Amino acid sequence: MTKPLVAIRSVSKHFGEFQALGSVSLDVWPGEVMCLIGASGSGKTTLLRCVNQLTAIDSGGIWLDGELLGVREEGGRLYRLTERQIARQRLKTGMVFQRFNLFPHKTALENITEGPLQVQGRKSDEVRGEAIELLRRVGLAAKADSYPAQLSGGQQQRVAIARALAMKPMLMLFDEPTSALDPELVGEVLAVMKELAQSGMTMMVVTHELGFAREVADRVVYMDQGAIVESGTASDVLGAPREARTKAFLSAVI
Amino acid sequence: MKAAPALAEGFPDLSGLHVAREPHWFRWFSAALIVLVLAAIGRAFAGGQIEWSYVSRFLTAKVILEGIVNTMVMAVLAMALGIFLGVIVAIMRLSPNPVLKSVAAGYTWLFRGTPLILQLLLWFNLALVFPTIGIPGLWSARAVDVMTPFLAALLGLGINQGAYTSEVMRAGMLSVDIGQYEAAQAIGMGRLRALRRIILPQAMRVVIPPIGNEFIGLVKATSLASVIQYPEVLHNAENIYYANSRVIELLIVAGLWYLLVVSILTPLQMLLERRFARGTLRFAR
Repeated sequence: MTKPLVAIRSVSKHFGEFQALGSVSLDVWPGEVMCLIGASGSGKTTLLRCVNQLTAIDSGGIWLDGELLGVREEGGRLYRLTERQIARQRLKTGMVFQRFNLFPHKTALENITEGPLQVQGRKSDEVRGEAIELLRRVGLAAKADSYPAQLSGGQQQRVAIARALAMKPMLMLFDEPTSALDPELVGEVLAVMKELAQSGMTMMVVTHELGFAREVADRVVYMDQGAIVESGTASDVLGAPREARTKAFLSAVI
Repeated sequence: MKAAPALAEGFPDLSGLHVAREPHWFRWFSAALIVLVLAAIGRAFAGGQIEWSYVSRFLTAKVILEGIVNTMVMAVLAMALGIFLGVIVAIMRLSPNPVLKSVAAGYTWLFRGTPLILQLLLWFNLALVFPTIGIPGLWSARAVDVMTPFLAALLGLGINQGAYTSEVMRAGMLSVDIGQYEAAQAIGMGRLRALRRIILPQAMRVVIPPIGNEFIGLVKATSLASVIQYPEVLHNAENIYYANSRVIELLIVAGLWYLLVVSILTPLQMLLERRFARGTLRFAR
């Protein structure tokens, strides 16, 4: 019996008075591609950031690969992990941001090798070879020595995906990866993500690209007001939604 | 909609015509006026009670040259200490730890809040407070022996500079997008490594112009160390005019050296800016 790669249980998060997440529970299975959809403010990005511990949860628990994230339980109490321990836990996930967040003072290749060299302390020539291979995989072998400012948005996002993959994560998190792109550049990023999904990577994707969700996602989760409203296969949730709120959202976006 | 009609009549062909140069009468007039005023000032000084031969003689006198070397050595060392302290204090100031934060804020408050010349005098006269200093049981010495003019000037200038530099550094770090920090965290970096590898290199681009400004200020602030007998260029010039009474001549000598040093520093700053502008559009190609 396989276990879920990510187990989210009763997770809540407030920003001041605003409840971003209200007791959310969810499983992500190994190899699964999950698309999180919903209006802005629905909590889907917050949920993703909680899995990567860029946002600390108020209550509940998230397990990644069987390991409780951010805290450790001992004698019925929870103790916060040190920053170093949290950084180590983050190595299991790769994150792709809406606004790419490439390091502007480093070339595409240096962006990719930074983590393996500096954080994982791996050997330079080995890492370099892998980074070039990753650039080839995202179709940017010729851009290794370009700085981010010399790349288009779509190219930057593909480098960002390669940067995350270089850490050899078991889970990839995508936070609206195409929302900051010009329409004609969306396709190239989605193509890379699709290839990644087909290679068996476990992915959580916050997106507004319903076409991508329909085509690639094993499961679509619709969120509203910090809660999961509906969850199921893409054809069920997008094609035949049961909940009124899902129907309203879908008719508003399409 | 109908097809667009042929181009309308009544708009003459301007191609081949050039835009006439503007005469800029007022610029010519004001420039001439400034030249006249400068000439008048120059004439006044030339005819005033200044022995220019003393200026040229002492400009390269050994004591003056030693003085300017001491000035530069002190400025560079104090700036190095200032940047070192400034980076540490800025990091402390931005830390989530309230103890570190308060210590950093207190440091900045104390050393920005008192005059530099007073701090120099305090360091130099530290022996009045602590006649002997040292580590109990290991080493001790008389404070008057330890606190030389050089050390007092270095501590006074460097620690004071650190208070100002920390604010420049803090501004630089705040100017880096928060997404950069998150991206560094996402590839498993801790706070300090992210600061060193990702945030500080980007902050440098922003802080170099104000740091250059601070350094130029510091070069001139070393002249304050003359009050505690540090042999920098102004102090040495003073010593000469105490002996020969050529006050204005020697002040001009010192002034010319300060101007020369500052004139050399400006292009150096440009080179540094270029170095840290890697990856920005302006110098990308």
